[in-house]
Amino acid sequence: MATEAAVHHETENEKGAWDGGKQPFKVSYGKLMMWYFLLSDAFTFSGFLIAYGALRFSMPTWPVPDFVFKTAPFNNIGLGHGVDLPLIFVTFMSFLLIISSVTMVRAVQEGHRENKNGVVFWMLLTIVGGLGFLGCQAWEWTNLIGTEHMTMTTNPFGTHTESGAYLNEDGSVSDETFEMGDSYLIHKVSAHGHGGEAHAGDDYSEGSHEGGDHGEAHGFTPAQTAPGNYAGYEITDKGYILRKYRILDGDLAGRTATQEFGPKAFGALFFFITGFHGFHVFSGVVFLIIIMLNAASGLYVKRKNGYEMVEKIGLYWHFVDLVWVFVFLVFYLL
Amino acid sequence: MADDVLVYDDEVIIKDQGYDDHFHEHDHGDSYKSNFVNHYIFSMDHKIIARQFLITGMIWALIGAAMSIIFRLQLGFPEESLTWIKPLLGKWITVDEVTGIGTLMPEFYYALVTMHGTIIVFFVLTAGLSGTFSNLLIPLQLGARDMASPFLNMLSYWFFFLASVIMFYSLFLSTGPFSGGWTAYPPLSALPQASTGSGTGMTLWLMSLTFFVVSVLLGGINYITTVLNLRTKGMSLWKMPLTIWAFFVTAILGLLSFPVLVSGFFMLICDRMLGTSFFLSEIFIEGAALPNVGGSPVLYQHLFWFLGHPEVYIIILPAMGIVSEVLAVHARKPIFGYKAMVFSILAIGFLSFIVWAHHMFMSGVNPFISNFFVVFTLIIAVPSAVKVFNWITTLYKGNIRLNTPMLFAIGFVSMFISGGLTGIFLGNSAIDIQMHDTYFVVAHFHIVMGVAAFFGMFAGIYHWFPKMFARFMNETLGKIHFWITMIGAYAVFWPMHYIGLAGVPRRYYSFDTFNSFDDFAAMNQFITIAAIVVFAAQVLFVINFFYSIWKGKQMKTKNPWKATTLEWTTPIKTGHGNWEGKLPVVHRWAYDYGKDGIDYIPQHIPLTEEEKATEAAH
Repeated sequence: MATEAAVHHETENEKGAWDGGKQPFKVSYGKLMMWYFLLSDAFTFSGFLIAYGALRFSMPTWPVPDFVFKTAPFNNIGLGHGVDLPLIFVTFMSFLLIISSVTMVRAVQEGHRENKNGVVFWMLLTIVGGLGFLGCQAWEWTNLIGTEHMTMTTNPFGTHTESGAYLNEDGSVSDETFEMGDSYLIHKVSAHGHGGEAHAGDDYSEGSHEGGDHGEAHGFTPAQTAPGNYAGYEITDKGYILRKYRILDGDLAGRTATQEFGPKAFGALFFFITGFHGFHVFSGVVFLIIIMLNAASGLYVKRKNGYEMVEKIGLYWHFVDLVWVFVFLVFYLL
Repeated sequence: MADDVLVYDDEVIIKDQGYDDHFHEHDHGDSYKSNFVNHYIFSMDHKIIARQFLITGMIWALIGAAMSIIFRLQLGFPEESLTWIKPLLGKWITVDEVTGIGTLMPEFYYALVTMHGTIIVFFVLTAGLSGTFSNLLIPLQLGARDMASPFLNMLSYWFFFLASVIMFYSLFLSTGPFSGGWTAYPPLSALPQASTGSGTGMTLWLMSLTFFVVSVLLGGINYITTVLNLRTKGMSLWKMPLTIWAFFVTAILGLLSFPVLVSGFFMLICDRMLGTSFFLSEIFIEGAALPNVGGSPVLYQHLFWFLGHPEVYIIILPAMGIVSEVLAVHARKPIFGYKAMVFSILAIGFLSFIVWAHHMFMSGVNPFISNFFVVFTLIIAVPSAVKVFNWITTLYKGNIRLNTPMLFAIGFVSMFISGGLTGIFLGNSAIDIQMHDTYFVVAHFHIVMGVAAFFGMFAGIYHWFPKMFARFMNETLGKIHFWITMIGAYAVFWPMHYIGLAGVPRRYYSFDTFNSFDDFAAMNQFITIAAIVVFAAQVLFVINFFYSIWKGKQMKTKNPWKATTLEWTTPIKTGHGNWEGKLPVVHRWAYDYGKDGIDYIPQHIPLTEEEKATEAAH
């Protein structure tokens, strides 16, 4: 009788998904673990982005994304110099990453259909998208570091906090004026040692602003290259040229001031957070390649679980995309 | 019908009514036992991993406690010679050539304090407590064969081991281990030149704790997934023992808070190695201005305490779960207010995420922000008090067995009350102006999360020792251990409240420049002597532990405590897979003690017709 009662009770238990002996979310432990890992990783990124917010909003100014991210490899090639392409390149690389999420979805779908060749094909496209994104990021970093001289510790992208006019080489006021809120990029003296941006023609950052209204020090070629304080500018130990200017409005009107570097935290946060995200993309590509090879070898055919491993790496891949949406938001849009 | 000889024939019940998961038709179980290395070292069996966590934690506990004795000697007897300890500490004891008096170097005093905190908080009370008992009990009490992923579970221990090795190595650096406090605030942690321990010591500290976080995350993901997916038939969430609820919420807290600590660590690593200024601003060191501008040391404190506060609940919740279980078993009564206990665990878990800035009232956070954190800090006392009242009411009119696990469980409740009440003082930002960074704070958190968590751990070890080693620990030694620890812990920490109220700051190497604190010299000596006595009692415990593993009284029956939970239905020598045949099916909650005059009814015993009628009526 006790047995009968037990059997009866057991059928009662069958009712609820939470009553034990089942997977309440109808999700295997592996997928569940991936979800919880992603949750914890989301908290790591949240920590970074909150730190970004805390540091950014403690600064009086912050570089304007339209000014900082206005370069692209193709405007050197086809469009000629001096054409600003604000956010065009990052839009392209974001598009690549988002599209790779679409191809990932297709790979998972083909997995559910137990279609091996479909899985491999769409995973391959996903890998191409991921590598494309990483390649774009590599170019972006190279440009920022090599051409525009931004580093983890130095941010040459500044913002004017008053209107003024730059000084000439000899310290006289030029007709080159700027307004409050205009952005500027601090250049470096050329490594070749003859007068500032001697290679203006080759150097994208020099020509980029000519059409812009940023009142930037375009075409300014200091005669001196040694570090020191000169009449119209100052050259730092690391070779950055800080131009001097005459303030034209406000309480300090008439005084001479020197350009300052933009908030240090910008460069540090940019390389740190996009780098951490890029590392996630890189790990994702590595895992995608491993899993694609496994899939191609027929390993998952035997498991008969609808290519669950593909679905798990898919979850990770979508997460990395989602994180990029937030990274994109804070660095490129806000 | 309180029947002392009531024993259930589990094998028959499980064979008749159990749930066949065809475990032994698969061959994967056998690889576990193939050789010594697989079985005892790189084991994937949750029971072995639990013992690995426990023993590693015990080794760390001894190291951490020994460190506290050394700095207590400095605090209690600053004039006495420490030459006798030079063989152990080497150059960190400087001996005066004329008088022969050995003095502890202040740098090493700070290193000792820092390492004591780091070791006890992370390695002992997180890995040693949650790691041990979550691993041991989650599969056993849920009726699971093992963790969801035994492999990741093994990795979890070995990452902890790696973290341990790195931290242990850092103790022997010529510049000493990190010495800037267990919280590792910048700038001491961010500038390698800031203090002797800030160089390589801090680098190793960061490496070690990063690996530690990996360990916690691997473990936590496993615990959560196991609780969700691997409960046996009938084990609904509301039938889970409170231990499981506690481990479950603990794992969630760890999963959500440790990653934020990692955010802070990575930024700290950039500040140390790449010259960034996330946490540094306008710093002068040895008269020279550093180039760092624009960073915020308070930002690090936020990131740290976003972990740091949930961390104290990561420490105390498993102890609470263990104590709830031990109290019910040894009082032979159902836990009072089971649902209230569960909801208070959940409430504590939730609230623990929105109280962190109460550690920073005096760090320059906006006083209006402080108000928010004061309110929630005081609110978290409510679910904590619910638990305390429920423990006391569980004892009320119980048929109490005053054995060692029960003594420690009751001691836990005492400690939790004493330490919790001072938390209400400290949670007020106005009172904190006087109290912060004094020995009052030291007394508060040592009692409420140090001693109390240790008591929970001891209760668990004495209670589940038969499950782990099929033998009992010596009861007489256990009781001696309890009474010395209980009285000794109060003797150590009670006087600290007075010292703290008088304003004596913590973390000071000596007070000889403050004449007003001379009055406390005798009290400090008393504390130091008490600490040495308590330490001796812990050595007794360790001897008892290892002696009993091989020579203790053998466990003759499967369920020596007559408990209701499933771990006591497994064979005395529990092999891999936990149950030999079928898995038990659960029919009732974990606290059917004294129901209808029956001493105890285990969870896998089917409901009677009457019981079903009553249940249907509700």
